[in-house]
Amino acid sequence: MTGKIIVAVDGSEAGARAMAHAHARAKGLGASLLVVHVLEWSPYTFLTPEELEERHARRKQELARAEEAIISPLITRYDGQGVGLESAIRYGHVVETICDIAEKQGAIEIVTGRTGNSGMMSRVFGSVAGTLAQVAPVPCTIVP
Amino acid sequence: MTLFQRFFAGLVALFAAAPVMAQEGGIDAAVNEAFAGATGWFVNFIFAPIPGTNFAWIVAWLVIAASVFTLYFGFIQFRVWRHSLHLVAGKYSDPNDAGEVSHFQALATALSGTVGLGNIAGVAVAVSIGGAGATFWMILAGLLGMASKFTECTLGVKYRNEYPDGTVSGGPMYYITKGFAERGVPGGKFIAVMFAIFCVLGSLGGGNMFQANQAHQQIAGIVGEFPGWITGVVFAAIVFAVIVGGLKSIARVTEKVVPIMGILYVGVALLILIMNADSIGWAFGQIINGAFTGNGIVGGMIGALIQGFRRAAFSNEAGVGSAAIAHSAVRTKEPITEGFVSLLEPFIDTVVICTMTALVIIITGQLLTDPETGLYILTEGGQVATATGATGVGLTSAAFGAAMPWFPYLLAVAVVLFAFSTMISWAYYGLKAWTYLFGEGQTTELVFKCIFCVFVIIGAAASLGPVIDFSDAAIFAMAIFNIIGLYVLMPVVKRELESYLARLESGEIRRFK
Repeated sequence: MTGKIIVAVDGSEAGARAMAHAHARAKGLGASLLVVHVLEWSPYTFLTPEELEERHARRKQELARAEEAIISPLITRYDGQGVGLESAIRYGHVVETICDIAEKQGAIEIVTGRTGNSGMMSRVFGSVAGTLAQVAPVPCTIVP
Repeated sequence: MTLFQRFFAGLVALFAAAPVMAQEGGIDAAVNEAFAGATGWFVNFIFAPIPGTNFAWIVAWLVIAASVFTLYFGFIQFRVWRHSLHLVAGKYSDPNDAGEVSHFQALATALSGTVGLGNIAGVAVAVSIGGAGATFWMILAGLLGMASKFTECTLGVKYRNEYPDGTVSGGPMYYITKGFAERGVPGGKFIAVMFAIFCVLGSLGGGNMFQANQAHQQIAGIVGEFPGWITGVVFAAIVFAVIVGGLKSIARVTEKVVPIMGILYVGVALLILIMNADSIGWAFGQIINGAFTGNGIVGGMIGALIQGFRRAAFSNEAGVGSAAIAHSAVRTKEPITEGFVSLLEPFIDTVVICTMTALVIIITGQLLTDPETGLYILTEGGQVATATGATGVGLTSAAFGAAMPWFPYLLAVAVVLFAFSTMISWAYYGLKAWTYLFGEGQTTELVFKCIFCVFVIIGAAASLGPVIDFSDAAIFAMAIFNIIGLYVLMPVVKRELESYLARLESGEIRRFK
């Protein structure tokens, strides 16, 4: 095994295609695969007192839901096909968090799907894939 | 849901009956009279002067406590503020804990419960009774109060209850019960129960009626006089929708708009001060001079001091125990870090925002002085005469309006939003105290929430005098019991503090960014 490829998934069709592409690439290169899902989160938002109280419980639910709906279907599908699989679920700014993981893990490549908001939203705020392509610390593949 | 509908139907019936009652001879007057009559004895007890002086014992109680904590923790508020800012900025937050309540969020939520009418109306009351000098004592009380807030919020996190479903409940009633038991001090349960009772009353008073009252005065000031109960009913319906109906969107919008309003308020105040930069020195002269002479106000220096301390305590709630409830939700391995963060609250609330309000009122010449003697001109009621005759939030509005004529409209919106966000926060504090007393459960919670809504109407209908007296009295009564708890438990905080600072020094507690 040489190197690690990070694949960022969000439960969408494009995410599944990114996973397929990343898996094939990892197999060809003899690399391992780190499947990452990031829940958008800022520590500087404002919450009501009730939301503060429930935050810890909510976080647990959100993590469990992401694991169940997004990560484990992919892991189950690609498990035992000759590529080492790991997964991670994180909170934070999506692009920053992915780049941070890539640096810390010494990844050789980031693969992501071209999804997210289309039209006006992405024109105003930018898309995850577009921003990632601009700031990724390692080569970045965007799967259509 | 059926229970919800039944209560809602009841509330609607109450609203429908209100106009009939109003026709039968002034609902506002009736509410006002009944309210003043029912609460007068309590107010008199809380604000009873120390025998032989005119110094209210409760104010001395708060100031002495804040001074004791300041000395006991070695002027903690001046030693750790840099570290506090780093904590708020997330420099010491473990990235693996992302997604939990951050220090910033706890601070912001607690602040939106305290920043509000205390800073706008309360300060106006302070200077219109205590003169410019009250500002000096208010700032001093804010600085000392930082130590009280530090103590209570550390304890709030340390002794909170965590439930299997992951939610938490914290606050003075929990740290007093658990902390006293842990230290083997008797009476914890009694003190905690007394605190909880007054917390419920405080939530109905300062956290509710005072807010509704001032919000109504603002609206009436813009659209013309109309009966207070109408504002009350509208407010009650919105509060009801949020706290009972779970209309989180309204609460969320408020939580986002309130900080913007706060920043805008300080920004405009700064602008007015810059426009009048040449008078700032004179204004501070008035403040310092008035602080030690009173400049002719009733009660002289002591009168200014009492007003300053009283309004500061009402505004920043240090020593009252309410912030400990909000702060206890933070997930941290070190409870003391929440104390460090919370001590910024009285600074922002009182030392910055309240002082801004006071300076604007003074600089725009709202407080009338006798040109010959330089002393304040007093009204028949013993207050300082103001340029427009307004008191409370009306005085602040007039002061800002004198410099920027459009500002009263913005201020009215800000006041209504501040009032609303404070009500939502206090509905939560009151509810926590209520469930501590009567147990958790849908029905008991609903009863409290309905009582809360009814008091919104009463608050809007009553006149300022009795409302502000009762609001102060109930909030200060919380401080009686909370501070007893803080005295008993302060060694616990000291242990935590010494251990934490030693580990920070040695590098065991490290920065993540």
